[in-house]
Amino acid sequence: MRTLILLIIISLPVNLLISQTRVSGRVIDNKGKPIAGASLSLKQTYDGTVTDSTGKFSFRSTEKGKQVLVASNIGYNPVEQLIDLQNTPLDMEIVLKEKLDELRAVMVTAGSFAAGDSKRAAVMSSLDIATTAGSNADITAALKTLPGTQQVGEQEGLFVRGGAGYETKQFIDGTLVNNPYFSSVPDIASRGRFSPFLFKGTVFTTGGYSALYGQALSSALLLESIDLPGKSEVNASISPLFLGLGTQQLAKNKKSSWGVNYGYVNVGVYFKLVKQTPDYFKTPQFHNGDVNFRFKTKKGGIVKFYSTFANGNLGLRRPDIDSLNLKDAFSLTNYNWYNNLSWRENLGKEWKMNLGAGYSTNKDNISQQVQDQSNQPKHFPGNMYYMQNKNFDLQRRQDLSQVKAVFEKKIIGISAIRFGGEFWHSYDKTVIHDSLYKLIDNYTALFAESDVFLTNDLAAKLGVRFEYSALLNKSDIAPRLSLAYKTGKDAQVSLAYGIFYQKPENSQLYYSTAIGMTKASHYIINYQKMNHDRIFRVEAYYKKYDDLIKIFPAANFTAIYNNSGNGDAKGIDVFWRDKKSIKNFDYWVSYSYIDTRRDYLNYPGKLQPNFVANHTASVVMKRFYTQIKSGFNFTYTYATGRPYYNLMVNNNNKYIIADQGKTKSFNSLNFSAEYVPSIGKQNAKTFIVLFASMTNVLGANQVFGYNYSYNGMYKEPVTPPSKRFYFIGCFLSWGVDRSQDAINNNL
Amino acid sequence: MKSIVLSFALLVLSTTSFAQGSKFQQGMQANLVLFDSIKTPDDYVSLAATFERIADAEKTQWLPYYYAALATILRGFSDPKADKDAVAGKAEALIAKAEAIEPENAEIFLLKSMNSTLHMLVDPQSRWQQYGAAVTEYREKAKQLDPNNPRVYYLEGQNIFGTPKEFGGGKDKAKPLFAKSLELFKTYKPAGAFYPNWGQKTTEQMLQQVE
Repeated sequence: MRTLILLIIISLPVNLLISQTRVSGRVIDNKGKPIAGASLSLKQTYDGTVTDSTGKFSFRSTEKGKQVLVASNIGYNPVEQLIDLQNTPLDMEIVLKEKLDELRAVMVTAGSFAAGDSKRAAVMSSLDIATTAGSNADITAALKTLPGTQQVGEQEGLFVRGGAGYETKQFIDGTLVNNPYFSSVPDIASRGRFSPFLFKGTVFTTGGYSALYGQALSSALLLESIDLPGKSEVNASISPLFLGLGTQQLAKNKKSSWGVNYGYVNVGVYFKLVKQTPDYFKTPQFHNGDVNFRFKTKKGGIVKFYSTFANGNLGLRRPDIDSLNLKDAFSLTNYNWYNNLSWRENLGKEWKMNLGAGYSTNKDNISQQVQDQSNQPKHFPGNMYYMQNKNFDLQRRQDLSQVKAVFEKKIIGISAIRFGGEFWHSYDKTVIHDSLYKLIDNYTALFAESDVFLTNDLAAKLGVRFEYSALLNKSDIAPRLSLAYKTGKDAQVSLAYGIFYQKPENSQLYYSTAIGMTKASHYIINYQKMNHDRIFRVEAYYKKYDDLIKIFPAANFTAIYNNSGNGDAKGIDVFWRDKKSIKNFDYWVSYSYIDTRRDYLNYPGKLQPNFVANHTASVVMKRFYTQIKSGFNFTYTYATGRPYYNLMVNNNNKYIIADQGKTKSFNSLNFSAEYVPSIGKQNAKTFIVLFASMTNVLGANQVFGYNYSYNGMYKEPVTPPSKRFYFIGCFLSWGVDRSQDAINNNL
Repeated sequence: MKSIVLSFALLVLSTTSFAQGSKFQQGMQANLVLFDSIKTPDDYVSLAATFERIADAEKTQWLPYYYAALATILRGFSDPKADKDAVAGKAEALIAKAEAIEPENAEIFLLKSMNSTLHMLVDPQSRWQQYGAAVTEYREKAKQLDPNNPRVYYLEGQNIFGTPKEFGGGKDKAKPLFAKSLELFKTYKPAGAFYPNWGQKTTEQMLQQVE
């Protein structure tokens, strides 16, 4: 003890000899809350301290005279204060303002689900899309487990909040995709053309989307393609349904890459094993090839090119609904070529540029033939035109060329303005029954949008879009507005409003171009609480439709088209995802309620459209067992019955509901499993994934609606081509990790 | 009692050397010993702030930035309440300042590797692909710059130790790395005054833990 006292005595005089000034006080934020761990320092000296848990600080300095005191903390703007050190103690209060930071700032979430790996507010990642049971790596199928979507199984497309499938548009790197799905087959939903692994980010908007996009009444699906791949690799996939081979090559300097892929789908073997209801006289087969290249520019921008070509063939026969011994034979040949070129660049001085160009062409040759029992073509006399009309040959070609430019400038912190324009040149030609229909449109849009961050907690997005269609000779102005306010840690409320226009479908414009754009107004309110492991969101909306296309029967089997249709939709969407409560177990639950009526097309009045169920719910579960390197996934989806109608023309030449009803409710339990033996093997040369899946495990009888005979006396349920769909496949990749090269080159 | 006396004796020793050295040497010496007396994550905050003050005042010394970054990263690891991304962001800024003064130093690449681990820990399942690759890449770069640095193998051991067995980690695989690290520590001489010289004790502890 004596030594201790002695030591203290020895060290004391040293400190006492130098005169010091005490600087103390408190650091608070602009709401008056104390900031703990904030750093205080006298500029150019070693003196300073950090605040305690109550925001208080105190330190002594031997410096003299005028000094600059700097207060700083992670996430706040530093504050400098001039102080005068004259031995008298100083006491002060310093206010630090939160730094406006893109990573911390509130984000508008009303109407949008971000998915993918690059988005911080991601709801689903690319891997999630692939491992959602029932999706079989189809983006659309996976998105159908999110609220706001309908379980439509007889047509492709995303049916969002009372909107038809064609009211959702897909955009890749900002430019519109004209034919995102494989060509339609009656009563069967086709898959999307694009693999989820092409994209690093996906934003699925269920309404109220940005002014940068247009021509979709319900929803925009924004897909952002990956930049450079992480490594070079060769990959192959083998399954009874398809074979694929491809490579992706990353340059040694990691500045550029290129890739080619080829895939061949033939379901012949599968159809022999799993009985299909239709008689496939031409086995569905598809060839798919794609090439891509990407390179980084000197200023840190990136140029990406992606081109894919597909060719498909199929033919199927189903019983004719108007006759017991006749059959309808449908066959389809499709060619599709899609090209996308984009250039993202930093122009300096806080300016950014996004340029996009696209060209796509799609050709369908479709023929349908009424056949007798021995599959011979059957022809009908003139008074049986409704039968004769079932015999047709149709050739359709759809081309779209487009350019888009978006410029962005950061102004004041993280607020930004964005503006630009786009131009679409579309060509659509159909030949059927020797009649030729041709449409050429030049569509121009100009848009501007600004992100205004008032604080980290309050943000607004204001936008406006001007659109002009030369074919319709009509223009419109669509305002968009959204607001987001942070209500607490990880929690926020957002609002969105917008007007959305969409050109009538080409199949309608063939008959009249004297019609105008259809219109929807969205009002959305959203509450979201989200952290890394859990997301809860609830969203209520009201949508109003105006100027929808109506079809009225006219003399000589012609029809009149006008914009006198209207409608509305209101509903609530709820989403909950939890990755935390049970280890290695990830699940989400979606529920949607919708009440909607539309008076459009040939509807005799306001009706609930036949693609809308009032209640839809999905539960998605995923569990990965690391011990056995396997994952098991289940999806259960339930939807209440959908209405169906038989609309016929009566003697007064008016549409009437000749019959109506409601389908039974929809149930589907899907399962998938993956086995990843190479996981965790460091330096494994081959990466293997074995994947198996089965839809509708319980074998529920799914009815999507009814087809009616010409006379309306007979109806037949629309069902999937087979009760269940099975899939098994093996995916291999041989990677060459270039990280070692990159290191060598940097040395 | 004996330990108190000992530590005070050390204090006397260091106080004496303060008097002899420059302000920088005094500052470094006085604060480096504090790494051994950290009790709470807040102590790291305070220590990091001190080193940052020294670094900002000196301007040409990379070591105080190095230690400020090290203390910041260690805080990120030890404080469950910390916003790991924000802390790692702060560390990144400090590392960049150190690197601007002292480019191509293995110790700085080891900090980058540790900081990538910190980023990864926010959400390992979805981040391991991006940050896991960075952890390895920076560590490998450090290995190339200074193959006899024991901290390279200590950190590699830690990374493997922290990886689940099913994913190629586990203690059996980490053990030879800790052993190699300890072997190197025995003959290791820091490159200069105040140069990093930490890790031997934790390596010994880890080695015991994997036995």
